[in-house]
Amino acid sequence: MNGHAILYTGVTLAFWSTILIVGICYTIFDLGFRFDVAWFLTETSPFMWASLGIGLAISLSVVGAAWGIYITGSSIIGGGVKAPRIKTKNLVSIIFCEAVAIYGIIMAIVISNMAEVSSEHLLLIMIQKKRYSMFGAGLTVGFSNLFCGICVGIVGSGAALADAQNASLFVKILIVEIFGSAIGLFGVIVAILQTSKVKMGD
Amino acid sequence: MAELSFNVDHGYLEGLVRGMKAGILTSTDYHNLAQCDTLEDMKLHLQSTDYGKLLSSSEEDLTVSFVDSKLRENLVTEFSCLRSNALPPLSTFLDYITYNYMIDNVVLLITGALKQRDVEELLPRCHPLGAFDQMAAVGIARTPTELYSAILVDTPLAPFFQDAVSEINLDEMEVEILRSKLYKAYLESFHTFCKNIGGATKDTMCPILEFEADRRAFIITVNSFGTDLSSADRSALYPSCGKLYPEGLQLLAKAEDHEQVKAVADCYPVKLNTLAFMQQFHFGVFYSYIKLKEQESRNIVWISECVTQRQKSKIHNYIPIFQGTK
Repeated sequence: MNGHAILYTGVTLAFWSTILIVGICYTIFDLGFRFDVAWFLTETSPFMWASLGIGLAISLSVVGAAWGIYITGSSIIGGGVKAPRIKTKNLVSIIFCEAVAIYGIIMAIVISNMAEVSSEHLLLIMIQKKRYSMFGAGLTVGFSNLFCGICVGIVGSGAALADAQNASLFVKILIVEIFGSAIGLFGVIVAILQTSKVKMGD
Repeated sequence: MAELSFNVDHGYLEGLVRGMKAGILTSTDYHNLAQCDTLEDMKLHLQSTDYGKLLSSSEEDLTVSFVDSKLRENLVTEFSCLRSNALPPLSTFLDYITYNYMIDNVVLLITGALKQRDVEELLPRCHPLGAFDQMAAVGIARTPTELYSAILVDTPLAPFFQDAVSEINLDEMEVEILRSKLYKAYLESFHTFCKNIGGATKDTMCPILEFEADRRAFIITVNSFGTDLSSADRSALYPSCGKLYPEGLQLLAKAEDHEQVKAVADCYPVKLNTLAFMQQFHFGVFYSYIKLKEQESRNIVWISECVTQRQKSKIHNYIPIFQGTK
Protein backbone atom coordinates (compact mmCIF):
# COMPACT_ATOMS: atom_id res chain seq x y z
CA MET A 1 0.00 0.00 0.00
CA ASN A 2 2.88 2.31 0.60
CA GLY A 3 3.92 2.08 -3.05
CA HIS A 4 0.48 3.11 -4.25
CA ALA A 5 0.37 6.09 -1.93
CA ILE A 6 3.73 7.31 -3.18
CA LEU A 7 2.62 6.87 -6.79
CA TYR A 8 -0.60 8.81 -6.34
CA THR A 9 0.99 11.68 -4.46
CA GLY A 10 3.76 11.87 -7.03
CA VAL A 11 1.39 12.02 -9.97
CA THR A 12 -0.82 14.63 -8.31
CA LEU A 13 2.18 16.73 -7.41
CA ALA A 14 3.59 16.55 -10.94
CA PHE A 15 0.25 17.50 -12.46
CA TRP A 16 -0.40 20.51 -10.28
CA SER A 17 3.14 21.80 -10.47
CA THR A 18 3.08 21.63 -14.27
CA ILE A 19 -0.11 23.65 -14.36
CA LEU A 20 1.25 26.14 -11.87
CA ILE A 21 4.51 26.63 -13.74
CA VAL A 22 2.80 26.98 -17.12
CA GLY A 23 0.37 29.50 -15.66
CA ILE A 24 3.16 31.53 -14.07
CA CYS A 25 5.14 31.56 -17.31
CA TYR A 26 2.14 32.72 -19.30
CA THR A 27 1.56 35.54 -16.84
CA ILE A 28 5.19 36.62 -16.69
CA PHE A 29 5.76 36.65 -20.42
CA ASP A 30 2.46 38.34 -21.15
CA LEU A 31 1.26 35.43 -23.18
CA GLY A 32 -2.11 35.32 -21.44
CA PHE A 33 -3.94 35.77 -24.69
CA ARG A 34 -3.00 32.26 -25.67
CA PHE A 35 -5.28 30.82 -23.04
CA ASP A 36 -8.45 31.44 -25.02
CA VAL A 37 -11.58 29.53 -24.16
CA ALA A 38 -13.77 31.17 -26.79
CA TRP A 39 -11.35 30.28 -29.56
CA PHE A 40 -11.36 26.68 -28.36
CA LEU A 41 -15.14 26.45 -28.30
CA THR A 42 -15.68 28.04 -31.68
CA GLU A 43 -12.85 26.46 -33.60
CA THR A 44 -13.30 22.84 -32.62
CA SER A 45 -15.40 20.76 -34.90
CA PRO A 46 -18.93 20.04 -33.75
CA PHE A 47 -18.34 16.42 -34.52
CA MET A 48 -15.79 16.18 -31.71
CA TRP A 49 -18.43 17.00 -29.16
CA ALA A 50 -20.98 14.69 -30.69
CA SER A 51 -18.55 11.81 -30.89
CA LEU A 52 -17.35 12.38 -27.35
CA GLY A 53 -20.96 12.23 -26.21
CA ILE A 54 -21.57 8.97 -28.00
CA GLY A 55 -18.32 7.48 -26.70
CA LEU A 56 -19.00 8.48 -23.12
CA ALA A 57 -22.53 7.17 -23.25
CA ILE A 58 -21.56 3.66 -24.20
CA SER A 59 -18.25 3.35 -22.41
CA LEU A 60 -19.30 4.63 -19.00
CA SER A 61 -22.47 2.54 -19.12
CA VAL A 62 -20.47 -0.57 -19.88
CA VAL A 63 -18.03 0.21 -17.04
CA GLY A 64 -20.95 0.52 -14.64
CA ALA A 65 -22.56 -2.68 -15.84
CA ALA A 66 -19.29 -4.61 -15.69
CA TRP A 67 -18.52 -3.37 -12.21
CA GLY A 68 -21.95 -4.39 -10.98
CA ILE A 69 -21.78 -7.79 -12.62
CA TYR A 70 -18.47 -8.76 -11.10
CA ILE A 71 -19.47 -7.59 -7.62
CA THR A 72 -22.67 -9.62 -7.75
CA GLY A 73 -21.22 -12.56 -9.63
CA SER A 74 -18.44 -13.34 -7.20
CA SER A 75 -20.85 -13.29 -4.27
CA ILE A 76 -23.31 -15.56 -6.06
CA ILE A 77 -20.58 -18.06 -6.84
CA GLY A 78 -19.26 -18.03 -3.29
CA GLY A 79 -22.67 -18.37 -1.73
CA GLY A 80 -23.72 -21.00 -4.24
CA VAL A 81 -21.14 -23.49 -2.98
CA LYS A 82 -23.01 -24.18 0.23
CA ALA A 83 -26.51 -23.20 -0.92
CA PRO A 84 -26.92 -24.22 -4.55
CA ARG A 85 -30.55 -23.16 -4.72
CA ILE A 86 -29.61 -19.48 -4.98
CA LYS A 87 -27.92 -19.81 -8.32
CA THR A 88 -30.81 -19.42 -10.73
CA LYS A 89 -32.82 -16.94 -8.69
CA ASN A 90 -29.96 -14.52 -8.31
CA LEU A 91 -29.35 -14.25 -12.01
CA VAL A 92 -32.06 -11.61 -11.83
CA SER A 93 -29.54 -9.28 -10.20
CA ILE A 94 -27.15 -9.83 -13.07
CA ILE A 95 -29.91 -9.05 -15.52
CA PHE A 96 -30.57 -5.74 -13.76
CA CYS A 97 -26.91 -4.83 -14.16
CA GLU A 98 -26.94 -5.86 -17.78
CA ALA A 99 -29.97 -3.64 -18.44
CA VAL A 100 -27.77 -0.69 -17.55
CA ALA A 101 -25.43 -1.48 -20.41
CA ILE A 102 -28.40 -1.81 -22.74
CA TYR A 103 -29.59 1.69 -21.81
CA GLY A 104 -26.18 2.95 -22.73
CA ILE A 105 -26.11 1.33 -26.11
CA ILE A 106 -29.61 2.52 -26.97
CA MET A 107 -28.68 6.08 -26.13
CA ALA A 108 -25.47 5.83 -28.12
CA ILE A 109 -27.41 4.71 -31.19
CA VAL A 110 -30.03 7.43 -30.72
CA ILE A 111 -27.38 10.13 -30.40
CA SER A 112 -25.35 8.89 -33.31
CA ASN A 113 -28.41 9.01 -35.57
CA MET A 114 -28.49 12.75 -35.00
CA ALA A 115 -24.87 13.42 -35.81
CA GLU A 116 -25.33 13.78 -39.51
CA VAL A 117 -23.64 16.21 -41.81
CA SER A 118 -26.28 18.67 -42.84
CA SER A 119 -25.31 21.51 -45.07
CA GLU A 120 -28.56 23.38 -44.81
CA HIS A 121 -28.31 24.52 -41.23
CA LEU A 122 -25.35 26.82 -41.01
CA LEU A 123 -26.59 29.03 -38.27
CA LEU A 124 -23.95 29.00 -35.56
CA ILE A 125 -26.37 28.81 -32.72
CA MET A 126 -28.12 25.80 -34.12
CA ILE A 127 -24.89 23.94 -34.53
CA GLN A 128 -23.77 24.80 -31.05
CA LYS A 129 -27.00 23.67 -29.47
CA LYS A 130 -26.89 20.49 -31.45
CA ARG A 131 -23.38 19.46 -30.56
CA TYR A 132 -23.50 20.45 -26.91
CA SER A 133 -26.81 18.67 -26.46
CA MET A 134 -25.32 15.50 -27.81
CA PHE A 135 -22.29 15.79 -25.58
CA GLY A 136 -24.44 16.56 -22.58
CA ALA A 137 -26.80 13.71 -23.26
CA GLY A 138 -23.91 11.30 -23.57
CA LEU A 139 -22.41 12.53 -20.33
CA THR A 140 -25.74 12.27 -18.51
CA VAL A 141 -26.54 8.74 -19.50
CA GLY A 142 -22.94 7.60 -19.06
CA PHE A 143 -22.48 8.74 -15.50
CA SER A 144 -25.93 7.85 -14.30
CA ASN A 145 -25.53 4.34 -15.69
CA LEU A 146 -22.09 4.04 -14.12
CA PHE A 147 -23.39 4.68 -10.63
CA CYS A 148 -26.56 2.73 -11.21
CA GLY A 149 -24.56 -0.31 -12.23
CA ILE A 150 -22.33 -0.10 -9.16
CA CYS A 151 -25.36 0.34 -6.90
CA VAL A 152 -27.24 -2.62 -8.31
CA GLY A 153 -24.07 -4.70 -8.07
CA ILE A 154 -23.48 -4.04 -4.40
CA VAL A 155 -27.14 -4.60 -3.51
CA GLY A 156 -27.21 -7.75 -5.61
CA SER A 157 -24.20 -9.11 -3.77
CA GLY A 158 -25.95 -8.53 -0.47
CA ALA A 159 -29.07 -10.18 -1.84
CA ALA A 160 -27.15 -13.30 -2.87
CA LEU A 161 -25.50 -13.73 0.51
CA ALA A 162 -28.74 -13.10 2.39
CA ASP A 163 -30.61 -15.51 0.17
CA ALA A 164 -28.06 -18.19 0.97
CA GLN A 165 -28.88 -17.85 4.65
CA ASN A 166 -32.63 -17.33 4.50
CA ALA A 167 -34.65 -17.82 1.37
CA SER A 168 -37.46 -15.45 2.29
CA LEU A 169 -35.17 -12.42 2.21
CA PHE A 170 -34.50 -12.44 -1.50
CA VAL A 171 -37.73 -10.85 -2.68
CA LYS A 172 -37.46 -8.02 -0.16
CA ILE A 173 -33.94 -7.11 -1.22
CA LEU A 174 -35.01 -7.34 -4.86
CA ILE A 175 -37.28 -4.35 -4.22
CA VAL A 176 -34.25 -2.33 -3.16
CA GLU A 177 -32.54 -3.37 -6.38
CA ILE A 178 -35.49 -2.24 -8.46
CA PHE A 179 -35.27 1.21 -6.95
CA GLY A 180 -31.57 1.22 -7.65
CA SER A 181 -32.00 0.41 -11.29
CA ALA A 182 -34.62 3.14 -11.60
CA ILE A 183 -31.91 5.76 -11.29
CA GLY A 184 -30.33 4.51 -14.49
CA LEU A 185 -33.67 4.94 -16.16
CA PHE A 186 -33.83 8.56 -14.98
CA GLY A 187 -30.56 9.22 -16.76
CA VAL A 188 -31.90 7.77 -19.99
CA ILE A 189 -35.06 9.86 -19.79
CA VAL A 190 -33.15 13.09 -19.25
CA ALA A 191 -30.79 12.29 -22.07
CA ILE A 192 -33.67 11.64 -24.45
CA LEU A 193 -35.19 14.97 -23.49
CA GLN A 194 -31.91 16.71 -24.17
CA THR A 195 -31.55 15.23 -27.62
CA SER A 196 -35.19 15.55 -28.60
CA LYS A 197 -34.79 19.33 -28.76
CA VAL A 198 -32.10 18.80 -31.35
CA LYS A 199 -34.54 17.21 -33.70
CA MET A 200 -37.10 19.90 -33.10
CA GLY A 201 -34.52 22.63 -33.59
CA ASP A 202 -33.93 21.44 -37.11
CA MET B 1 -15.17 2.65 -0.79
CA ALA B 2 -14.23 -0.81 0.24
CA GLU B 3 -17.35 -2.26 -1.35
CA LEU B 4 -16.22 -1.20 -4.80
CA SER B 5 -13.09 -3.28 -4.96
CA PHE B 6 -13.44 -5.91 -2.25
CA ASN B 7 -15.23 -8.43 -4.40
CA VAL B 8 -12.54 -8.50 -7.09
CA ASP B 9 -10.22 -10.54 -4.96
CA HIS B 10 -12.24 -11.78 -2.05
CA GLY B 11 -15.89 -11.95 -3.09
CA TYR B 12 -15.96 -15.68 -3.71
CA LEU B 13 -14.24 -16.52 -0.44
CA GLU B 14 -16.54 -14.27 1.53
CA GLY B 15 -19.56 -15.99 0.01
CA LEU B 16 -17.98 -19.34 0.80
CA VAL B 17 -17.26 -18.56 4.43
CA ARG B 18 -20.75 -17.20 4.95
CA GLY B 19 -22.13 -20.41 3.53
CA MET B 20 -19.97 -22.37 5.96
CA LYS B 21 -21.15 -20.19 8.80
CA ALA B 22 -24.69 -21.25 7.98
CA GLY B 23 -23.62 -24.77 8.88
CA ILE B 24 -22.69 -23.89 12.45
CA LEU B 25 -24.91 -25.73 14.90
CA THR B 26 -27.81 -23.78 16.34
CA SER B 27 -29.39 -24.02 19.75
CA THR B 28 -31.99 -26.54 18.53
CA ASP B 29 -29.17 -28.80 17.39
CA TYR B 30 -27.45 -28.48 20.73
CA HIS B 31 -30.70 -29.26 22.46
CA ASN B 32 -31.06 -32.43 20.44
CA LEU B 33 -27.50 -33.41 21.16
CA ALA B 34 -27.99 -32.84 24.86
CA GLN B 35 -30.88 -35.27 24.87
CA CYS B 36 -28.71 -38.13 23.64
CA ASP B 37 -27.76 -40.99 25.84
CA THR B 38 -24.80 -42.45 24.06
CA LEU B 39 -22.23 -41.30 21.59
CA GLU B 40 -23.91 -43.39 18.92
CA ASP B 41 -27.01 -41.26 19.28
CA MET B 42 -24.93 -38.16 18.97
CA LYS B 43 -23.38 -39.47 15.83
CA LEU B 44 -26.85 -40.03 14.42
CA HIS B 45 -27.88 -36.48 15.21
CA LEU B 46 -24.72 -35.02 13.80
CA GLN B 47 -25.32 -36.76 10.52
CA SER B 48 -28.13 -34.42 9.67
CA THR B 49 -25.92 -31.35 10.06
CA ASP B 50 -22.91 -30.31 8.05
CA TYR B 51 -20.85 -32.87 9.92
CA GLY B 52 -22.73 -35.70 8.27
CA LYS B 53 -20.03 -37.60 6.50
CA LEU B 54 -17.36 -37.09 9.10
CA LEU B 55 -18.09 -39.61 11.76
CA SER B 56 -19.93 -42.22 9.78
CA SER B 57 -17.07 -43.34 7.62
CA SER B 58 -14.85 -44.88 10.27
CA GLU B 59 -14.62 -48.16 12.08
CA GLU B 60 -12.64 -47.01 15.09
CA ASP B 61 -14.11 -46.82 18.53
CA LEU B 62 -16.19 -43.79 19.04
CA THR B 63 -14.40 -42.01 21.86
CA VAL B 64 -14.50 -38.39 22.79
CA SER B 65 -10.95 -37.74 21.70
CA PHE B 66 -11.73 -39.28 18.35
CA VAL B 67 -14.69 -36.94 17.93
CA ASP B 68 -12.46 -34.05 18.90
CA SER B 69 -9.77 -34.91 16.39
CA LYS B 70 -12.31 -35.39 13.61
CA LEU B 71 -13.83 -31.99 14.30
CA ARG B 72 -10.42 -30.42 14.28
CA GLU B 73 -9.56 -32.12 11.02
CA ASN B 74 -12.74 -30.74 9.51
CA LEU B 75 -11.82 -27.22 10.56
CA VAL B 76 -8.35 -27.61 9.11
CA THR B 77 -9.73 -28.80 5.78
CA GLU B 78 -12.07 -25.85 5.52
CA PHE B 79 -9.36 -23.44 6.54
CA SER B 80 -6.86 -24.71 3.99
CA CYS B 81 -9.54 -24.50 1.32
CA LEU B 82 -9.92 -20.82 2.18
CA ARG B 83 -6.23 -20.19 2.52
CA SER B 84 -5.20 -21.78 -0.75
CA ASN B 85 -7.60 -19.58 -2.68
CA ALA B 86 -6.78 -16.36 -0.90
CA LEU B 87 -4.97 -13.34 -2.32
CA PRO B 88 -3.13 -10.73 -0.31
CA PRO B 89 -4.06 -9.04 1.92
CA LEU B 90 -6.53 -11.76 2.84
CA SER B 91 -3.74 -14.36 2.77
CA THR B 92 -1.73 -12.35 5.26
CA PHE B 93 -4.81 -12.05 7.44
CA LEU B 94 -5.39 -15.81 7.41
CA ASP B 95 -1.74 -16.38 8.17
CA TYR B 96 -2.08 -14.20 11.21
CA ILE B 97 -4.84 -16.48 12.42
CA THR B 98 -2.51 -19.45 12.17
CA TYR B 99 0.30 -17.77 14.09
CA ASN B 100 -1.79 -18.13 17.22
CA TYR B 101 -1.68 -21.90 16.90
CA MET B 102 1.95 -21.90 15.86
CA ILE B 103 2.93 -20.18 19.07
CA ASP B 104 1.09 -22.81 21.06
CA ASN B 105 2.80 -25.57 19.12
CA VAL B 106 6.28 -24.14 19.61
CA VAL B 107 5.77 -23.78 23.33
CA LEU B 108 4.40 -27.31 23.54
CA LEU B 109 7.43 -28.68 21.75
CA ILE B 110 9.88 -26.75 23.88
CA THR B 111 8.20 -27.97 27.05
CA GLY B 112 8.29 -31.49 25.76
CA ALA B 113 11.94 -31.24 24.91
CA LEU B 114 12.70 -30.02 28.39
CA LYS B 115 11.08 -33.08 29.88
CA GLN B 116 13.07 -35.31 27.57
CA ARG B 117 10.02 -36.52 25.75
CA ASP B 118 10.36 -37.86 22.28
CA VAL B 119 9.47 -35.39 19.59
CA GLU B 120 7.54 -37.99 17.65
CA GLU B 121 5.14 -38.36 20.54
CA LEU B 122 4.40 -34.70 20.65
CA LEU B 123 3.88 -33.98 16.97
CA PRO B 124 0.38 -35.46 16.73
CA ARG B 125 -0.66 -33.37 19.70
CA CYS B 126 0.20 -30.15 18.00
CA HIS B 127 -2.64 -28.18 16.54
CA PRO B 128 -2.65 -28.83 12.82
CA LEU B 129 -3.58 -25.26 11.93
CA GLY B 130 -0.27 -24.14 13.35
CA ALA B 131 1.97 -26.56 11.54
CA PHE B 132 5.16 -25.32 10.03
CA ASP B 133 8.06 -27.04 8.39
CA GLN B 134 10.70 -27.14 11.04
CA MET B 135 8.52 -28.37 13.88
CA ALA B 136 10.42 -31.55 14.50
CA ALA B 137 13.70 -29.73 14.81
CA VAL B 138 12.45 -27.44 17.54
CA GLY B 139 12.71 -30.16 20.11
CA ILE B 140 16.41 -30.61 19.60
CA ALA B 141 17.64 -27.15 20.44
CA ARG B 142 18.94 -26.52 23.92
CA THR B 143 19.36 -22.80 24.25
CA PRO B 144 17.09 -20.07 22.93
CA THR B 145 19.74 -18.52 20.71
CA GLU B 146 20.34 -21.86 19.06
CA LEU B 147 16.61 -22.27 18.68
CA TYR B 148 16.30 -18.89 17.09
CA SER B 149 19.25 -18.86 14.76
CA ALA B 150 18.94 -22.42 13.56
CA ILE B 151 15.23 -22.87 13.18
CA LEU B 152 12.89 -20.06 13.89
CA VAL B 153 14.48 -17.51 11.62
CA ASP B 154 12.83 -19.19 8.70
CA THR B 155 9.39 -19.38 10.18
CA PRO B 156 6.88 -16.57 10.20
CA LEU B 157 7.25 -16.35 13.96
CA ALA B 158 10.71 -14.80 13.68
CA PRO B 159 9.70 -11.16 14.27
CA PHE B 160 7.81 -12.13 17.41
CA PHE B 161 10.87 -13.78 18.88
CA GLN B 162 13.03 -10.73 18.60
CA ASP B 163 11.64 -9.12 21.70
CA ALA B 164 11.57 -12.26 23.72
CA VAL B 165 14.76 -14.10 23.05
CA SER B 166 17.33 -12.03 24.79
CA GLU B 167 16.54 -12.70 28.40
CA ILE B 168 15.33 -16.19 28.69
CA ASN B 169 16.75 -19.44 29.93
CA LEU B 170 14.83 -22.52 29.14
CA ASP B 171 13.16 -23.82 32.22
CA GLU B 172 9.68 -24.62 33.33
CA MET B 173 8.21 -21.31 34.33
CA GLU B 174 10.16 -19.32 31.81
CA VAL B 175 8.44 -21.16 28.99
CA GLU B 176 5.12 -19.67 30.02
CA ILE B 177 6.70 -16.25 30.05
CA LEU B 178 8.02 -16.96 26.57
CA ARG B 179 4.53 -17.86 25.44
CA SER B 180 3.11 -14.67 26.94
CA LYS B 181 5.73 -12.51 25.32
CA LEU B 182 5.26 -14.13 21.95
CA TYR B 183 1.52 -13.76 22.23
CA LYS B 184 1.85 -10.11 23.14
CA ALA B 185 4.04 -9.40 20.12
CA TYR B 186 1.65 -11.35 17.90
CA LEU B 187 -1.46 -9.53 19.11
CA GLU B 188 0.09 -6.13 18.70
CA SER B 189 1.32 -6.91 15.23
CA PHE B 190 -2.11 -8.25 14.23
CA HIS B 191 -3.77 -5.16 15.66
CA THR B 192 -1.51 -2.85 13.65
CA PHE B 193 -2.18 -4.88 10.53
CA CYS B 194 -5.94 -4.59 10.95
CA LYS B 195 -5.66 -0.89 11.62
CA ASN B 196 -3.67 -0.44 8.42
CA ILE B 197 -6.30 -2.18 6.38
CA GLY B 198 -8.79 0.26 7.80
CA GLY B 199 -12.48 0.48 7.05
CA ALA B 200 -14.90 -2.16 8.17
CA THR B 201 -12.14 -4.66 8.90
CA LYS B 202 -10.69 -2.30 11.44
CA ASP B 203 -14.08 -1.60 12.96
CA THR B 204 -14.90 -5.21 13.55
CA MET B 205 -11.48 -6.77 14.19
CA CYS B 206 -10.03 -4.20 16.55
CA PRO B 207 -12.68 -4.65 19.27
CA ILE B 208 -12.24 -8.42 19.01
CA LEU B 209 -8.48 -8.17 19.31
CA GLU B 210 -8.70 -5.67 22.10
CA PHE B 211 -11.00 -7.99 23.98
CA GLU B 212 -8.52 -10.81 23.40
CA ALA B 213 -5.70 -8.65 24.71
CA ASP B 214 -7.66 -7.80 27.84
CA ARG B 215 -8.54 -11.42 28.38
CA ARG B 216 -4.84 -12.35 28.19
CA ALA B 217 -4.03 -9.64 30.68
CA PHE B 218 -6.58 -11.05 33.11
CA ILE B 219 -5.33 -14.60 32.65
CA ILE B 220 -1.74 -13.57 33.20
CA THR B 221 -2.66 -11.68 36.34
CA VAL B 222 -4.68 -14.51 37.80
CA ASN B 223 -2.03 -17.08 36.93
CA SER B 224 0.75 -15.11 38.50
CA PHE B 225 -0.87 -14.79 41.89
CA GLY B 226 0.68 -17.94 43.15
CA THR B 227 4.14 -17.40 41.77
CA ASP B 228 6.76 -14.88 42.60
CA LEU B 229 6.57 -12.89 39.43
CA SER B 230 7.17 -9.27 40.26
CA SER B 231 4.67 -6.69 39.12
CA ALA B 232 7.18 -5.01 36.82
CA ASP B 233 7.73 -8.29 35.03
CA ARG B 234 4.03 -8.81 34.83
CA SER B 235 3.37 -5.47 33.20
CA ALA B 236 5.96 -6.29 30.58
CA LEU B 237 3.83 -9.23 29.58
CA TYR B 238 0.57 -7.39 29.00
CA PRO B 239 -0.28 -6.73 25.36
CA SER B 240 -0.67 -3.02 24.93
CA CYS B 241 -3.47 -2.90 22.43
CA GLY B 242 -6.37 -3.65 24.72
CA LYS B 243 -8.94 -1.24 26.09
CA LEU B 244 -7.34 -1.53 29.49
CA TYR B 245 -4.20 0.18 28.25
CA PRO B 246 -2.65 2.05 30.01
CA GLU B 247 -4.38 2.83 33.26
CA GLY B 248 -6.09 -0.50 33.70
CA LEU B 249 -2.86 -2.33 33.12
CA GLN B 250 -1.13 -0.42 35.84
CA LEU B 251 -3.95 -1.21 38.21
CA LEU B 252 -3.75 -4.85 37.28
CA ALA B 253 -0.04 -4.92 37.82
CA LYS B 254 -0.55 -3.76 41.36
CA ALA B 255 -3.43 -6.08 42.06
CA GLU B 256 -2.66 -8.75 44.55
CA ASP B 257 -5.78 -10.81 44.85
CA HIS B 258 -8.98 -11.72 43.08
CA GLU B 259 -11.18 -8.99 44.46
CA GLN B 260 -9.01 -6.28 43.08
CA VAL B 261 -8.99 -7.94 39.68
CA LYS B 262 -12.76 -8.11 39.68
CA ALA B 263 -12.92 -4.43 40.50
CA VAL B 264 -10.86 -3.63 37.45
CA ALA B 265 -13.05 -5.70 35.17
CA ASP B 266 -16.20 -3.69 34.65
CA CYS B 267 -18.59 -4.84 31.97
CA TYR B 268 -16.84 -6.12 28.87
CA PRO B 269 -18.86 -7.56 26.05
CA VAL B 270 -18.63 -11.22 25.14
CA LYS B 271 -20.50 -11.75 21.93
CA LEU B 272 -18.22 -9.76 19.68
CA ASN B 273 -17.63 -12.55 17.25
CA THR B 274 -21.21 -12.87 16.09
CA LEU B 275 -21.37 -9.15 15.41
CA ALA B 276 -18.68 -9.45 12.78
CA PHE B 277 -21.13 -11.19 10.49
CA MET B 278 -23.42 -8.18 10.38
CA GLN B 279 -21.24 -6.25 7.95
CA GLN B 280 -20.28 -7.22 4.47
CA PHE B 281 -17.05 -6.75 2.54
CA HIS B 282 -14.44 -7.14 5.25
CA PHE B 283 -12.09 -9.75 6.64
CA GLY B 284 -13.58 -10.02 10.10
CA VAL B 285 -15.91 -12.77 8.91
CA PHE B 286 -12.99 -15.14 8.37
CA TYR B 287 -11.55 -14.64 11.85
CA SER B 288 -14.93 -14.89 13.52
CA TYR B 289 -15.82 -18.02 11.60
CA ILE B 290 -12.68 -19.83 12.78
CA LYS B 291 -13.24 -18.81 16.38
CA LEU B 292 -16.92 -19.76 16.32
CA LYS B 293 -16.09 -23.14 14.80
CA GLU B 294 -13.61 -23.73 17.57
CA GLN B 295 -16.20 -22.79 20.15
CA GLU B 296 -18.58 -25.20 18.49
CA SER B 297 -16.00 -27.99 18.63
CA ARG B 298 -15.51 -27.31 22.30
CA ASN B 299 -19.27 -27.39 22.82
CA ILE B 300 -19.63 -30.71 21.04
CA VAL B 301 -16.74 -32.22 22.97
CA TRP B 302 -18.22 -30.94 26.22
CA ILE B 303 -21.58 -32.48 25.40
CA SER B 304 -20.01 -35.79 24.43
CA GLU B 305 -17.98 -35.85 27.64
CA CYS B 306 -21.11 -35.26 29.64
CA VAL B 307 -22.90 -37.98 27.76
CA THR B 308 -20.17 -40.55 28.27
CA GLN B 309 -19.86 -39.74 31.93
CA ARG B 310 -23.59 -39.57 32.44
CA GLN B 311 -23.50 -36.18 34.06
CA LYS B 312 -26.64 -34.75 32.62
CA SER B 313 -26.82 -31.85 35.02
CA LYS B 314 -23.74 -30.18 33.65
CA ILE B 315 -24.62 -30.70 30.03
CA HIS B 316 -26.16 -27.27 29.59
CA ASN B 317 -22.98 -25.42 30.42
CA TYR B 318 -22.02 -25.03 26.79
CA ILE B 319 -22.13 -21.60 25.16
CA PRO B 320 -24.79 -21.44 22.43
CA ILE B 321 -23.72 -19.50 19.39
CA PHE B 322 -26.76 -18.81 17.29
CA GLN B 323 -30.38 -18.77 18.30
CA GLY B 324 -31.41 -20.71 15.24
CA THR B 325 -34.75 -20.69 13.55
CA LYS B 326 -33.97 -23.60 11.25
